[in-house]
Amino acid sequence: MTPGSIPLVRSVAVRNAGRPGRTRRSGKIILNLVAVLVAVVTLFPIFWMISTAFKPATEIYSLTPRPLPTHWTLSNFRNVLNGSVIGMPYWVFLRNSLIVTVSSVIASSLIALVAAIGIARFRFRFRTTYLIMLLIVQMLPQQSLVIALFLDFRRVNLLDSLLGLVLLYIAFSLPVTIWMLRNFVAAVPRELEEAAAIDGAGPLTVFRKVLLPLVAPGLVTTSVFAFIFAWNEFLFATTFLGTDQSKYTLPVYVTYFFGKGSVDWGAIMAASALFTLPVMIFFLIVQRRLRSGLLAGAVKG
Amino acid sequence: MLSSAQQSDAAAASPDNRPSGRRPLPPSARTRSSARRRRRLVPYLLLLPSAVAIGLLLIWPAIQIAIYSFQNYGLPQVTGAEATSWTGLGNFRLVLADPEFWSSLRISVLFAVIVVPLTLIIGTLVGLLLNRLGPKMAAFLSTTALLAWAMPAVSASVIFVWLFDPDGGVADWLLGKVPTWLDGGARWSGYSWTNAPLPAYTVITLLVVWQAFPFIAVSVLAGLKTIPSELHEAARVDGAGPWRSFWKVTFPLLKPIFMVLVLLSVIWDFGIFTQAYIVTGELGNRDEFNLGIYAYDKAFTMPPAYGVASALALILTIILLLVTAGYVRASIKQGAIA
Repeated sequence: MTPGSIPLVRSVAVRNAGRPGRTRRSGKIILNLVAVLVAVVTLFPIFWMISTAFKPATEIYSLTPRPLPTHWTLSNFRNVLNGSVIGMPYWVFLRNSLIVTVSSVIASSLIALVAAIGIARFRFRFRTTYLIMLLIVQMLPQQSLVIALFLDFRRVNLLDSLLGLVLLYIAFSLPVTIWMLRNFVAAVPRELEEAAAIDGAGPLTVFRKVLLPLVAPGLVTTSVFAFIFAWNEFLFATTFLGTDQSKYTLPVYVTYFFGKGSVDWGAIMAASALFTLPVMIFFLIVQRRLRSGLLAGAVKG
Repeated sequence: MLSSAQQSDAAAASPDNRPSGRRPLPPSARTRSSARRRRRLVPYLLLLPSAVAIGLLLIWPAIQIAIYSFQNYGLPQVTGAEATSWTGLGNFRLVLADPEFWSSLRISVLFAVIVVPLTLIIGTLVGLLLNRLGPKMAAFLSTTALLAWAMPAVSASVIFVWLFDPDGGVADWLLGKVPTWLDGGARWSGYSWTNAPLPAYTVITLLVVWQAFPFIAVSVLAGLKTIPSELHEAARVDGAGPWRSFWKVTFPLLKPIFMVLVLLSVIWDFGIFTQAYIVTGELGNRDEFNLGIYAYDKAFTMPPAYGVASALALILTIILLLVTAGYVRASIKQGAIA
């Protein structure tokens, strides 16, 4: 036991007792310094992406990199947006990503909600089997399945098609979203639904007026997960959209610059920032709710 | 919907929950029982769409992989020039005789063995830190950490390749500033991190730890919040320092959470694809393949050998399913399946 570490334990005990005045100042300062250090290290790669995106080429390849651009430039973003790098503007890929993400999120949320109600509100044979199946299926390695799915999709002409990706993303986000949503449905007190039913509301009205509003926060959480999955997905997108550039989603687009002769890091970082920013903003808005959902979904199973 | 839920629950609870046809019913009860049977179908109907999607797009491909791995499935079979035929264990024999298989397996195993403990230790430390911080600082740190977690794997990988780029990357520049007696200095200028397995996987390790520790930290924090403060207080009164109190109080209580986190991390890191694929140069360096990339290369580099690739995919899947079996057991023990 080292003397310097005692305050840590005491500060917890004291804080839990509701008397913050008695915590040791020095211990607190050290903890906060460590926290700031961790935050800085964690943020650095993101910061570096943004900073590089605003640098002119001379500063990007400079032998002494500076944290901030000396001469800020928008030319990297301009090159990405007007498509002078790949021959097609950013908006094409943004549109593809939005189509794929939004439609798969909506569809998988609906399918998952219906399934979650089935699991949370009914007792039936195969219920446990179904739950265990969900756990196992979400662990199937995608780089194994991609081989069979590629051959299947070629057979039914779903390669180079956004619809094919939508179907895949629905299926791949279902196990996790069902697993999480069933906890949210189970948390809605049955008495509320019973009361509505006694008042003469049919099953659909009960669903619409009682269950849906109460499960809505859960739906937001699960759709964030489905959104992040579909928005970020790379393996299937790069494999299935191989030949048709106009179908590329943003992750495929960002890696397209790679290994094509000289690498334009300014453009890559600008593209990467434009790809990352929507999901980051979205995430910051919902992060409080997400944190609880992260736990409901992942730690509890 | 609701009342039927109640009824089906009651039916499940009552001892005579047998198919109603088996016992004689008074005529008046017959219509009621057929309605009940219809209601009993409701949960299956609710599960049907998800079951179809999962069955067609996850389970069926997994079965197909198992089938292909025993066939000579290649380009002639895909185009229809030749029929597929069963080759027994031929694909597996081919794989096991290939030195590339063993090197990729070694990389996958070593990577998991190093990265899993590393993420867990760092994540746990940050989780403990978050538990001690004031509410504002804790919110700030967990938000920044989760930003790294929410970062798309593609962006994160591209950024790390740039950080470690030989021309203008910030890592080489920083290492150049480190004094020579600490192995820093000029030898790092223009050092290429992606040309050999060890430096490449060092970059991937940093990248994966950076992206994965927030999840561990937040999970551990949630577990810590469930531990009554009296327990730590009692340990302190008994003279236990933070180290002892962690191993004697915190760890035993959080063991189920740690179990799940270890298994999840093993599954993620052993089969890691996107990060490894991008950092190692998109199939450019064969000596840097891990198991997943090796299988992918067999299937998607011309000429495709789907049979061999499927055999590899099957091996990968079986390894991960064995780990998953542990995960499912841990989940059942935790009472997650109820």
